[in-house]
Amino acid sequence: MPKRTDIQSILMIGSGPIVIGQACEFDYSGTQACKALKAEGYRVILINSNPATIMTDPEMADRTYVEPITVEVVESVIARERPDALLPTMGGQTALNTTMGLVKQGILEKYGVTLIGASAEAIHKAEDREAFKQAMQRIGLRVPKSGTAHSRQEAVDILEMVGFPAIIRPSFTMGGTGGNIAYNREEFEKLIDWALAMSPVSQVLIEESVIGWKEYELEVMRDLKDNVVIVCPIENFDPMGVHTGDSITVAPAMTLTDKEYQRMRDAALRVIREIGVDTGGSNIQFGVNPTNGEMVVIEMNPRVSRSSALASKATGFPIAKIAAKLAVGYTLDEITNDITGVTKASFEPTIDYVVVKIPRFAFQKFKGSDPTLTTQMKSVGEVMAIGRTFKESLQKAIRSLELELNGLVSRFGIDRGVLAEFDRQAAADKLDRVLRNPLPERLWYMADAMRLGLTDKELFETTMVDPWFLAQVRQLIDFERTLVGHAADLGAVLNGELLWDAKELGFSDDRIASLLGCEVTAVTSARMQHPTRRVTYKRVDTCAAEFEAQTPYLYSTYGRECESNPSDRRKVVILGGGPNRIGQGIEFDYCCVHAAISLREEGIDTIMVNCNPETVSTDYDTSDRLYFEPLTQEDVLNLIDREQPIGVVLQFGGQTPLKLALPLSKAGVKILGTSPDAIDLAEDRERFRELLTKLGLQQAESGMARSIDESVQIARKISYPVMVRPSYVLGGRSMQIVYDEAGLLEYMQSAVKASPKHPVLIDKYLADAIEIDADAISDGHTVVVAGIMEHIEEAGVHSGDSACSLPPYTLDKGIVGEIERQMRMLALELGVVGLMNAQFAVKGRTIYVLEVNPRGSRTVPFVSKAIGVPLAKLAMKVMMGKTLKELGFTAAPLPAHFSVKEAVFPFNKFPGVDVLLGPEMKSTGEVMGIDDDFGWAFAKSQAGAGAGLPKTGTAFLSVKESDRPAALEVGKVLNRLGMRIQGTSGTAGYLREHGLSVEVVNKVTEGRPHIVDHIKNGSVALVVNTVRTASAHADSLSIRREALHRGIPYFTTMRGAHAAAMGIEAILKKTLSIRSLQEYHRS
Amino acid sequence: MKKALLALADGTVFEGRALGYEGETVGEVVFNTAMTGYQEVLTDPSYKGQIITMTCPHIGNYGVTPEDMESRRSWAEGFVVLEASRLVSNWRSQQTIQEMLTEAKVVAIEGIDTRALTRHLREHGSQQGIITHLDSDRTRAVGRAKQAPSIIGRDLATEVTCARSYEWTTGSGDWIPATAIEGPVDERPTRWRVVAYDFGIKHNILRRLVDVGCHVTVVPAATSAAEVAALRPDGVFLSNGPGDPEGVPYAVKAVEDLIGRFPIFGICLGHQILCLAFGLKTYKLKFGHHGANHPVMDLRTRKVEITSQNHNFAVQGPGPIREVPKAPPVVETRYGSLSLTHISLNDYSIEGMVCMDHPVFSVQYHPEAAPGPHDASYLFDEFVRLMEKQHA
Repeated sequence: MPKRTDIQSILMIGSGPIVIGQACEFDYSGTQACKALKAEGYRVILINSNPATIMTDPEMADRTYVEPITVEVVESVIARERPDALLPTMGGQTALNTTMGLVKQGILEKYGVTLIGASAEAIHKAEDREAFKQAMQRIGLRVPKSGTAHSRQEAVDILEMVGFPAIIRPSFTMGGTGGNIAYNREEFEKLIDWALAMSPVSQVLIEESVIGWKEYELEVMRDLKDNVVIVCPIENFDPMGVHTGDSITVAPAMTLTDKEYQRMRDAALRVIREIGVDTGGSNIQFGVNPTNGEMVVIEMNPRVSRSSALASKATGFPIAKIAAKLAVGYTLDEITNDITGVTKASFEPTIDYVVVKIPRFAFQKFKGSDPTLTTQMKSVGEVMAIGRTFKESLQKAIRSLELELNGLVSRFGIDRGVLAEFDRQAAADKLDRVLRNPLPERLWYMADAMRLGLTDKELFETTMVDPWFLAQVRQLIDFERTLVGHAADLGAVLNGELLWDAKELGFSDDRIASLLGCEVTAVTSARMQHPTRRVTYKRVDTCAAEFEAQTPYLYSTYGRECESNPSDRRKVVILGGGPNRIGQGIEFDYCCVHAAISLREEGIDTIMVNCNPETVSTDYDTSDRLYFEPLTQEDVLNLIDREQPIGVVLQFGGQTPLKLALPLSKAGVKILGTSPDAIDLAEDRERFRELLTKLGLQQAESGMARSIDESVQIARKISYPVMVRPSYVLGGRSMQIVYDEAGLLEYMQSAVKASPKHPVLIDKYLADAIEIDADAISDGHTVVVAGIMEHIEEAGVHSGDSACSLPPYTLDKGIVGEIERQMRMLALELGVVGLMNAQFAVKGRTIYVLEVNPRGSRTVPFVSKAIGVPLAKLAMKVMMGKTLKELGFTAAPLPAHFSVKEAVFPFNKFPGVDVLLGPEMKSTGEVMGIDDDFGWAFAKSQAGAGAGLPKTGTAFLSVKESDRPAALEVGKVLNRLGMRIQGTSGTAGYLREHGLSVEVVNKVTEGRPHIVDHIKNGSVALVVNTVRTASAHADSLSIRREALHRGIPYFTTMRGAHAAAMGIEAILKKTLSIRSLQEYHRS
Repeated sequence: MKKALLALADGTVFEGRALGYEGETVGEVVFNTAMTGYQEVLTDPSYKGQIITMTCPHIGNYGVTPEDMESRRSWAEGFVVLEASRLVSNWRSQQTIQEMLTEAKVVAIEGIDTRALTRHLREHGSQQGIITHLDSDRTRAVGRAKQAPSIIGRDLATEVTCARSYEWTTGSGDWIPATAIEGPVDERPTRWRVVAYDFGIKHNILRRLVDVGCHVTVVPAATSAAEVAALRPDGVFLSNGPGDPEGVPYAVKAVEDLIGRFPIFGICLGHQILCLAFGLKTYKLKFGHHGANHPVMDLRTRKVEITSQNHNFAVQGPGPIREVPKAPPVVETRYGSLSLTHISLNDYSIEGMVCMDHPVFSVQYHPEAAPGPHDASYLFDEFVRLMEKQHA
């Protein structure tokens, strides 16, 4: 069937900010869909609040609305743009839920917008737990026994039938939010309340447990002619009970016979037909009883998903792109398979390698969070590796994680053997605990269990991990033992077959060296000196070599034949950002993609290296060649050796490639742009201090402590409060503000171990200073300060967690001008060629330099979208030798509108964890609000982040003593705007004294009804709560948690509260107005 | 571990490790791209004369299960894998792949860069080869590979067919495809007497015939038309089998005599024999179709089936086909018009036909799957409908 001509314009809804369970895979999918639809000649209208996405680049769609994704705002977009159709399946759960909202309110009908891809009925059938269960029963498929509850009582009734352990799944949530496993009655009741609260429709499915069953996922595509193909079967290493997003997963399925697999395939076909997803991709999950093969259907997502992104990367079959084409009427047989160029998309990819995905977690960021893996997703990112065998792929995936693990490193330090004095009993006890409860480190503990003599049978009984996988891991451990056994005869190992056996099993040089007890250089040079054997590269081609691959999508392995076939054209290697984690997210991938686009414009071939399957950078379409590889020194140098590029780009991928700057440069690789020495200069405290002194710039007083004593001395000298952190960190890991010596000692003793090799930095904490982020671009002669952002939260809150405004909303011109001057000086002195980011603190009229990063920063996409200039693209051109003058960019445009960036946090995934902000970064993503008015821009950012500002109701204020004057100001504004004010005794007393009418509310410790009761009852519309000491934190934790829980906007800094007051004032004064990026930046 | 060699007639030699039965074997080296179903592949008699390379890197993971046998034994001349699993994990499994290979006397090799081998076969065509565990003399191995008999023109069916006729009565049981369009097939009464020619028949074809209500008598490849007619069948089935259809002129002759007298359904070699009987030609493909992901379009409905395939020869159409025809091409033959109903979307080769003048149809691919998807399972129902129509 040819494409539909009855529609000309299509609205797509993005997935909004990066959160746990909904990450940049939707930028990957959405970008593919935008490109595909535009290429077909449709007018594409896009809404997405996340500025750090490629899909919101103005050239990706005809109209791009960086606005909050709410039913109200989407209706405005529809009213303004009058699209013919809406494609709801590209923006994750956010887009589906928003679409269902639009349907329910009759908005699509009112404006005559057709749903394409999936009908409202299909979405409902797939997403509504009860409707799905009935549908499955209709087609004779077994689902776990279950019932749907809308209240705790209903839930308890269902529990009678289901029994323990019981799985709890809220309806219409993403990443299993609010889901859990209950093992007893008390736990059950607690978890049910939580789950009911998390479901937007207060509906929860209580389900029979199939924990320990084998878990599978099938990615299914269907077209309007009812042709159906399975893109890829995925098998989970971790059995049922761990959310698939948190599981190690493997493609293709490893332990299903053809009969079993075809039975599952038949079921998948029937599911997609019964649910009625007309076109596009769906993901269907199955559980299989390992003892008798009994199969159950777990769930289905009627849209592209994290798994579909993984399946696309694992096979080379671009699910989202094809789904977009199917949605406009093409059939699978009408679409060409890009990779072969000759065959059609109506086939099932077959792969001749093994793909392993391992999730990456961030529990250490969330004090008090429970790291046990359950049915609710908790990971913040993932890596994928491709190898010819599971063993090779697993080891490549492990080193891709960037956890400083070069392999199955022992948790007990017994990699090279178990010494006599090793406490086996203690280890056995520990293993017994950690193997039973799935934790992120379980794989490594399993390896240790093998080292300590546990049998596969014992391990299967405790972990339920399939014996086949256990046997694979054991082969690696056995081989490690062999290597260690030969360590005495190093020469023979390195010059013999064992070295190559190790490489074929996926061992890194680094791991081999640590097992042999030699220097890694010895292993590497032995390997490189071999006359004939080298690493080889194979292609991902969807067809197991049956047809020739046109697309150079490569992975390394140690085989007989290398297919890399490098060109002799001018080419540049771009190193990507590795797995998403807090502090290193989609922003860096955005920059890498821009670098690739920019180089392509310059006629230079681009070679992308990355291991993150969620990203746009790892779309084979993004660069000329894609190496899906770990970003380690060994893996990167290997491919550079093969490709011989003219240079390597490090400055866009965040900390990941930056760590490789020195080793690569030592190996003689040309680093494009800012020199590695300049990078080191900015990161090295002592050198940096000298630089600032030379330039006459101010820095907060600071010192570097190599011992506890030294830290006490320094802190006394510069006076409390001080900010402490280990050197060389990203995202403020382990960074803290301490107010007194006791706090300092606690930090020094427990949080970090200072040593001469790993000193601890101590800075004067600039209380109540305003923090500034600035991005500049330099060609070495001309520096353009592209954007100066004023943080909403005061200095001390990590810049990645702080909201900010471009242009500054309280600073005067003099200060802004001075910051620009300092930026120029810094960029020129550091010899920056490319991008530079710096952070400043402004206290009174004094400007302190906090830090300088001579590389692309987290704020680059935000600034680019705020001012309408693609900074990363320009920077890449500058790095290739163009001057800013040649590029016509000598001054940044001064936007007439305000852009506010707000951070988005995963607190709702971690019950009990405090939501307070500090120097340690905790946010996973960001949204942007744009408006002519600062207040409105801020209000949009809040709505985009999930908790829109109220127009009326009661504001609750409870602040620390030093914040009382600021609270009075905020209180007065809110009161003037018609809001009622409540406060706890201290705050209320102060406000009353100053003439504000305030209702006193009990603290939680003062008897009931207290403030949490009020929040629960829905009588509070806004919470302002600031605290200072640790004990106060604990007292008020329940207030903040409850506000979070109920989706009530809360502010934990006075500057945040003040901005909120400005926002409320704005939304009361003027109605919502929206504009597309193309309109904002029409020049 | 014992070393082994795989040598091709064009002089290419791969080194690997010995697997399976210790010895030496020659055959045509082909590759199969299915990700599941190695046991079904090994026991498919159509692989007689061939050394099979599996492109899937891990083979043997789920072991070997008696239920999944596609014939009474393994027929492949040799087996080439990257890695054979030492450990088996599946609730039904009773044997390891190593045990099965040894028991069936299949000489095999592992540790081969099967992707490099596959690319070589793709570029240079499938060719004769040898696996040897005996010595590491490359020249000798290449020499033997060169001398190995080609499968062109050979009668391999005789080597795999049954010695005498027998009745088959078991269906798919629990494993019945859920995509069968006619509802719960296992409850259908047995109404049709079918004579199935065994040119190397796969058990799943027999199971599927039983599923749709057939009582099956399996007869040897060389059974004459008169002998078949004497059994008074409601329909005749022509099975898959190894090698070149031109190697079995006696079968072509028998089929010529059956056309028009009984409803006929042919699969794979059976399809080729039928087409030869109608007077069409067959030719050898460069490296054949061996896999479980081949898209085939039914040109009548324009729907695509993902099919299981295993053949080295194909039926020549009326002329070169370079794109999907708008309607099924029609060829006039000595026994009437043939509508070429199915086409491969990979290379546009002919995948199926229906005779417009007699109750005859056939497909090049495997609707019985095993291994592979069940998309084409409806064809067994079509065979039944054909017999029903004939009776009406």
